[in-house]
Amino acid sequence: MPEKDALVAIHGARGPRDVVITTMCAARDWMTLPQQPLDLVFVPSAMGHATSVGLGLALAQPDRRVIVCNGDGSMLMNLGSLVSIAGAGARNLVVALFDNGVYEVTGSQPTPAPGCVDFAAIARGAGFESVFEFSHLESWQTNVHRTLTCPGPTFIWLRVEPAVGVPGPRSPGPAGERARRFRDALRS
Amino acid sequence: MFTGPQIAELLEQLGVTHVVTVPDSTIGPWQAAIEQRERTRLVRVCREGEAWEVAAGLHLGGASPLVMIQCTGLFESGDAIRNVLHDWKLPVFAIIGYRSYLNQDTLPGDTCLVFTEPVLDAWKIDYHILTKPEQFGSIAEHFSACRAASTPGAIIVAEGGA
Repeated sequence: MPEKDALVAIHGARGPRDVVITTMCAARDWMTLPQQPLDLVFVPSAMGHATSVGLGLALAQPDRRVIVCNGDGSMLMNLGSLVSIAGAGARNLVVALFDNGVYEVTGSQPTPAPGCVDFAAIARGAGFESVFEFSHLESWQTNVHRTLTCPGPTFIWLRVEPAVGVPGPRSPGPAGERARRFRDALRS
Repeated sequence: MFTGPQIAELLEQLGVTHVVTVPDSTIGPWQAAIEQRERTRLVRVCREGEAWEVAAGLHLGGASPLVMIQCTGLFESGDAIRNVLHDWKLPVFAIIGYRSYLNQDTLPGDTCLVFTEPVLDAWKIDYHILTKPEQFGSIAEHFSACRAASTPGAIIVAEGGA
């Protein structure tokens, strides 16, 4: 399925109190959609760490759902975070993995084993409570609400097509200032 | 040098809500005492870079986290430290074990002694090294000073072997 269409489904399904963290290609596409104060565009990032930021937010805000839109290259850099998430019992955390098999922002070089990694099995093995996988947009659109409201931690593996030749995300502004605005939004 | 109950009680008094950690043989035994506190939660992660970013999320979410790792994990944490402390400018505080500082019985010639302080300096972390039990009070002093200034900081605890 086209990765932006898959992301649009989450954009339409997220609740007004939900935190949504996006990184890499997901961040680029998310920034083309209407923004909310509880959006955390994780650009600049540390490699692969969007899931870890999500875990911290989920623990600090247990009454909110935290949705992390991550890429497969990023996920491979921080697979251990799935174990940390499950071990911490972050039931309000959703990891949506956009798997396009490439490092898209650097020019679509393949990840180490594209098409060979069973991310659903990894998430189950790490201890995630709910695990889903979707390859077809219609099926994903039909089920997005259901998957986001299942007992967590939740892992959603979305097989998407890379957007060839599209530049990577650009920071939407100084991160320190965005951090302050985000914290204020959580308090209000 | 310090006991688990000493550290756990202090962290709770300082208002630390979460200790995000990967253990070593000195700071690891503190975990049991931290887990017994009511207002401080232990968060175990798989690798030290994760610890800084989990702490970042906790801080953004309104909590008061602390990272507790060994200096070897500090070396692993570079990209995360750059991102959390300098990109996002989050004042995360850490307690970091300084391997082989007190003796090198198990690791003669341990290169942790060569690289720990230059790495802390490179990441512009305001740190105090504690080498004696009598310096326990420095933890609260430095933590409170960093909190008041809303800046990152670290206490480096001298350790023996690995």
